[in-house]
Amino acid sequence: MTLWKRFITNRGALLGLAILIAVILVALLAPVLYPRGPWAMVQRPFLVPFTTDGLPLGTDTLGRDVLAGLVYGARVSLLVGLVSTVMALLIGVPLGALAGFYGKWVDEGAMRFTEFFQTIPNFALAIVLVAILEPTLTSITIAIAIVSWPPVARLVRAEVMSVTKREYVDAARLAGLSNMHILIRQVLPNTVSPIIVMASLMVATAILLESSLSFLGLGDPNIMSWGFQIGAARTVIRSAWWLSFFPGVAIVLTVLALNLIGEGLNDALNPHLARKGRS
Amino acid sequence: MAIAGAILSRLIKAAITLLAIAILNFFLVHAAPGDPATVLAGEAGAADEQMIADLRARFGLDQPLYVQLARYVGNIVTLDLGYSFRQGQPVLDLILDRLPATLILTLSAFWISLLAGVALGVAASARVGKFTDTLITGTALLFYATPLYWAALMAVLVFSVQLGWLPGFGYETVGSGYSGFERALDILKHLILPALTLGLFFMAVYMRMTRASMLEVAQQDFVKTARAKGLMPSLIRRRHILRNALLPVVTLAGLQAGQLVGGAVLTETVFAWPGIGRLMFESLAARDYNTILGVFLVSAAMVIVFNILTDLVYRLIDPRIGHKA
Repeated sequence: MTLWKRFITNRGALLGLAILIAVILVALLAPVLYPRGPWAMVQRPFLVPFTTDGLPLGTDTLGRDVLAGLVYGARVSLLVGLVSTVMALLIGVPLGALAGFYGKWVDEGAMRFTEFFQTIPNFALAIVLVAILEPTLTSITIAIAIVSWPPVARLVRAEVMSVTKREYVDAARLAGLSNMHILIRQVLPNTVSPIIVMASLMVATAILLESSLSFLGLGDPNIMSWGFQIGAARTVIRSAWWLSFFPGVAIVLTVLALNLIGEGLNDALNPHLARKGRS
Repeated sequence: MAIAGAILSRLIKAAITLLAIAILNFFLVHAAPGDPATVLAGEAGAADEQMIADLRARFGLDQPLYVQLARYVGNIVTLDLGYSFRQGQPVLDLILDRLPATLILTLSAFWISLLAGVALGVAASARVGKFTDTLITGTALLFYATPLYWAALMAVLVFSVQLGWLPGFGYETVGSGYSGFERALDILKHLILPALTLGLFFMAVYMRMTRASMLEVAQQDFVKTARAKGLMPSLIRRRHILRNALLPVVTLAGLQAGQLVGGAVLTETVFAWPGIGRLMFESLAARDYNTILGVFLVSAAMVIVFNILTDLVYRLIDPRIGHKA
């Protein structure tokens, strides 16, 4: 309970949590709020915001409801952010854990591999992957996972290395437990808190990456997303500012919320380090 | 001597990395839907069976995979990045043509973000917990959550469309006939918005890092000694804390430089900046795989060069590194 208390006494984290819950609710209720979907042309194009009842944010170049697009866009952002982060964890955690636990050539090999992926400019790699695999929700999620796992592997490796040196691990060895059992049952559970913090920040980065890809026209063509809305409105920025403005605000708020939650978790999980030594 | 050896080992590592990226590129092209011949035929704008068969033979696509791989890597080693059918030019020429614009943009953004980030980080750490600190940290958090391309669009909207202060489009005024100093000034005006918006996110990163690092170093014993000696706080901050606090920031800056090159794709797209990022964006719509992969390889090479340079800078500001190795 103290963890939760520490978390909710952090004003930033609480604000982040409130925003995130709102975004999740909107995403879940999208089909109820807008049963016709985000692609329906509801009015004449380029309706200015706050001028027409029922269309508070106006309409886009084809007369589609901007707010409906925002509401459906929340689904894609959250889905891609969450799934790609889980996938990145599934690559990074085992790799980092094995490297840190076994050391020697396993460590050497795994770290060279990780370093290679860290050298490649990650946004450029994501573009190349999505462009070549054809833009679909799946390829976008996979591409984001592929460029996001290296920091996880490094973090887990460092954590596992330091935990493995503790006495209780020696005790487990003496008790005759197998390596796998020690790693999974004794070591990994003690590395969970920094991984959780990193994961919440990764969801935020993944949302930014997804929106950037969609902005460049590499989004799934059948799915409305915030990045796509901004990308489609890029050329009419001079006449219709609201088409790019509101989706951008949605992205900033969602990403900000996740970052605030990540920081709040970090402070709550490491109270002695709070307000210090973060990058 | 130690430095020469270090550079040599970095260069060998760089060559291996580039080779690995070339191999990755090769397999990516093979992973593309349809084989490269149909892709090429599509790019060239025509596709009957005979032509595809001819293309296969001409590019050796009827050879075993390892022969094709060897040939592809051989080409890249000799700087042959293939031909862009869409643009009617060799990919290398296209890239070399656009590289200067990207270098100007990314280097400006890098210095702006590093200098502003460090300055703001130092300012925030000097008034930790006060209003200035909250303001700076809050702004950084906001920039940290802002998509690059959206910041760019909003900057165009405000500073170019509404206020008319700065041009929001292109590299220089077309048909102005400027030369020499006037032309440089004109390019500089066009550079301000793209460089600032590209640097914004990274400025936030460096600011947070500098602040955290300054606060950490300030706790150390040698700082207490300096204070006990009665040195002025501003002097301690500049000479004692900042110099040590900069080390992790430099490391991070070197790593982040790579992301700067990736971010240039977005910034150049918004500002119609004629660099390799814009080239990549144009190639995406045209499905010009040779050019996309060429830009990818060159941007990875840029990252490696950035990393080697950071390594050297690091050795200069922290002589201990050379001795440890």
